[in-house]
Amino acid sequence: MDVVDIARWQFGIITVYHYLFVPLTIGLTAVVAGLETRWVLSRDPDYLRLTKFFGKLLLINFAIGVVTGIVQEFQFGMNWSDYSRFVGDVFGAPLAIEGLLAFFLESTFLGLWIFGWDKLPRGLHAACMWLVHLGTLFSSWFILSANSWMQHPVGYRYDEATGRAELTDFWAVMFNKVQLVTFPHVVLAAYMTAGVFLIGVAGWLYRSRRHEADRGMYRKAIRIGAVVTLVGGLGVAISGDIQGKIMTEVQPMKMAAAEGLYRTEESCAPFSVLTLGTPDGREEKWALTVPCVLSFLGTGSVDGRVEGIDDLREQYREEYGSDPGASYYTVDEYVPVIPVTYWSFRLMIGLGSLGAGIAALMLFLTRRDRTPGPWFGRLAVGSFFAVLLANSFGWIFTEMGRQPWVVFGLMTTERGVSPGVSVTEAWISLITLVVLYTILGVIEVGLMLRAVKAGAGEFVEPPDPSLRSDQDDDAPLTFAY
Amino acid sequence: MELTTVWFTLIAVLWIGYFTLEGFDFGVGMLLPFLARDDTERRVMINTIGPVWDGNEVWVLVAGGATFAAFPEWYATLFSGFYLPLLLILVGLIVRGLAFEYRHQRPEARWQAGWDTALIVGSFVPAVLWGVAFANIVRGVPIDADKEFTGTLLTLLNPHGLLGGLVTLTLFLTHGAMFVALKTDGDIRHRARALAVRLGLVAAVLAVVFLGWTQAETGSLGSAVAFSLAALALLAGVLAASRGREGWAFTGTFATIGLAVGGLFLALFPDVMPSTTDAAFSLTTTNAAATAYTLKIMTWVAVIFTPVVLGYQAWSYWVFRKRIAVHHIPTAELAH
Ligand code: HDD
Ligand code: HEM
Ligand code: HEM
Repeated sequence: MDVVDIARWQFGIITVYHYLFVPLTIGLTAVVAGLETRWVLSRDPDYLRLTKFFGKLLLINFAIGVVTGIVQEFQFGMNWSDYSRFVGDVFGAPLAIEGLLAFFLESTFLGLWIFGWDKLPRGLHAACMWLVHLGTLFSSWFILSANSWMQHPVGYRYDEATGRAELTDFWAVMFNKVQLVTFPHVVLAAYMTAGVFLIGVAGWLYRSRRHEADRGMYRKAIRIGAVVTLVGGLGVAISGDIQGKIMTEVQPMKMAAAEGLYRTEESCAPFSVLTLGTPDGREEKWALTVPCVLSFLGTGSVDGRVEGIDDLREQYREEYGSDPGASYYTVDEYVPVIPVTYWSFRLMIGLGSLGAGIAALMLFLTRRDRTPGPWFGRLAVGSFFAVLLANSFGWIFTEMGRQPWVVFGLMTTERGVSPGVSVTEAWISLITLVVLYTILGVIEVGLMLRAVKAGAGEFVEPPDPSLRSDQDDDAPLTFAY
Repeated sequence: MELTTVWFTLIAVLWIGYFTLEGFDFGVGMLLPFLARDDTERRVMINTIGPVWDGNEVWVLVAGGATFAAFPEWYATLFSGFYLPLLLILVGLIVRGLAFEYRHQRPEARWQAGWDTALIVGSFVPAVLWGVAFANIVRGVPIDADKEFTGTLLTLLNPHGLLGGLVTLTLFLTHGAMFVALKTDGDIRHRARALAVRLGLVAAVLAVVFLGWTQAETGSLGSAVAFSLAALALLAGVLAASRGREGWAFTGTFATIGLAVGGLFLALFPDVMPSTTDAAFSLTTTNAAATAYTLKIMTWVAVIFTPVVLGYQAWSYWVFRKRIAVHHIPTAELAH
């Protein structure tokens, strides 16, 4: 393997890993803030207990999201220095702004939330978590605008003299049409993730004999989770549909690769639900297709024209010359790895829909006072993993579908790599990070399971700081590490 | 002032923010085995930085992001060139960040001791390596005509670089001890103060040698002033500590680190990464910079939002202004 291969594996592994924790953080900060607000308004003890319980799980998750994020920030310069030189003028700004607007907000107010139970008035304490959530939204906005620019570069010009892309219109980058639809899609998918997390955790505890006394409370959590999942899921489907149309326009090859569509269909292109064939998808052995649906997804009309891989490749060859990275892709120049795009696209939609389906079922099963059967706990847990994986596959599809480009139409991935980094160094970095992340993953799952099994703590009214007198200064802290 | 100079200054400010703030929480982490006598005292120490360490760490993320945006060539050369030290710093920051949140999740002594080690080592490694890195940036490293670093790991581990590492190490230890003295009460407060005085003297000797050496090699008038003030601030801080004036003592080390880092940037200007291969290959504030348009956008963002960030960070330090003592640490049952 050469440095390009190693750096690609590292980026893929490290980013997908970071993104295992990200959607839960984005969604759960909103859910915890909502639960706490509900407690402040209603004084129903269940909501405080749920706030603290899911807050604790959030913190376990958040910590690992933060530390893996630091690697992301450094990685561009370390492994992709030519990429950084080429795009820095455009791409650096959103990254810097993300730090200033989002990371400070998240970290400072999370610190206030964790340690502030006995120091802040209740409304303000809940507001801290809302601000953390706002921080996650800022973070998503800026990093996705950076990523959307890589999918569809706008607001820049190529400077012959410096040989780099230079920013000409910041607002065009901020409100790139790809960004405008990716942001809702990704954030709503994060809400779904938090929704099924509530279903999974509360559903499991609901079935446990040890926590029988708290069934009423967990039932509330399941139902809240189900509603969040379904609302999020609806939004994900709508935004995903628009995304498909924009993608067909700006990255037609990605759409063709999602379908394994080799020949251009002049109208009524069929959507492949499942195809079994040769690994590159060139020959079908068996296929289940729905006529005209692909045309509709891609263009909004059943007789829209959808371009195929073979035609597109010829177009790209004419436009950009031969692809210097052709040896990196299994099929041919300018063609992403079809089995990966084909399956990751289906798994994103399939697993996500499965999660939404289970959420709907949960809502139905828990209607009025019904108690569902014993299989219910497992199904609830399954819904979480389905949606979590759907998120990963969404990214794998988007990023692998963009290949061989790192910035679509401007720079191939192969050219972005750091020329000065040796194969040895790249290996050391990949192995170190993978080993470290594996250990951390085991620890984090262990802690999560432990915290979930323990269930929500007893109701303890937090001291109201507005009622405290100075003598209480010697009292133990409400929360300490 | 040119926008490129403005951004050079702002990046200096971000690094000053990072080292003055995270400097003390690195120090507290490293001092864990030397200051705390038992688990409760260790928890006292950890809780002095618990609410703020993550916010402190964000300074480096913004410094990195701002370098990427304002001086893409600098970001690219530096991060790909200092590959292995940065990897080690990342590993340190990762295990340390998790230690805060994970240590208290389980009651077993072995578990907690493991995370204590992670916190100590994870604070130690970046504390040393940042010093090595900055000493090398200021002094210059081999860079070729393509702006690529052509040295190896050993190039960075030269005497000047290693001394730089010892200086950040001892300064952060002193700064951390001053912080513990300022933020705790009881026995540990007094021990921290006494230790701060001793550490401060060691740091002063090392810092004077290092800063003098740097000044002789690449200094300017501005850096000479900053370095001298840094040395004075350190001595004033140590003196204040020995008199029991903890607030002033901490202000002293705070100023020392800020002035020393500021001085390094003054010594660097107008280069951002001098080349020892050929001065013509040096990265400078102009040949490494982004376009004026990008710098203008970034300046607006910085002008509008930096005061907001400083405001709420200051507020959070205010909320957690009380000293922490052993009796404030809740027993395990109370903690959740
Ligand atoms: C859609 C959302 C999203 C995406 C695609 C990414 N991240 Fe992320 N990141 C977050 C959303 C997020 C977050 C929700 O804001 C996190 C997760 C946990 C956390 O603490 O904040 C975070 C944490 C986080 C941190 C630590 C912040 C801190 O110390 O508080 C850094 C430096 C990054 N990220 C950087 C990146 C980079 C460079 C990415 C691109 C390759 C990236 N993230 C992808
Ligand atoms: C918005 C944040 C981003 C996310 C969540 C993300 C996610 C992903 C994912 C899931 C992959 C697929 C990994 C694989 O299977 O190989 C990937 C690959 C990759 N991404 Fe991104 N990406 C992001 C931004 C970026 C940025 C900013 C760059 C700029 C360098 C980048 C460059 C790459 C590269 C070089 C690969 C490897 C390509 C390959 O293996 O085929 N990505 N990314
Ligand atoms: C819960 C997780 C997710 C679910 C349920 C989901 C579902 C969907 C659905 C239903 C579509 C519509 C396809 C169409 O009608 O054209 C879609 C499209 C898309 N999604 Fe997702 N998605 C999820 C996560 C993600 C993530 C994290 C990304 C990363 C960016 C992503 C990227 C995309 C892209 C690029 C498209 C357009 C592709 C196309 O239409 O062919 N998805 N998604």
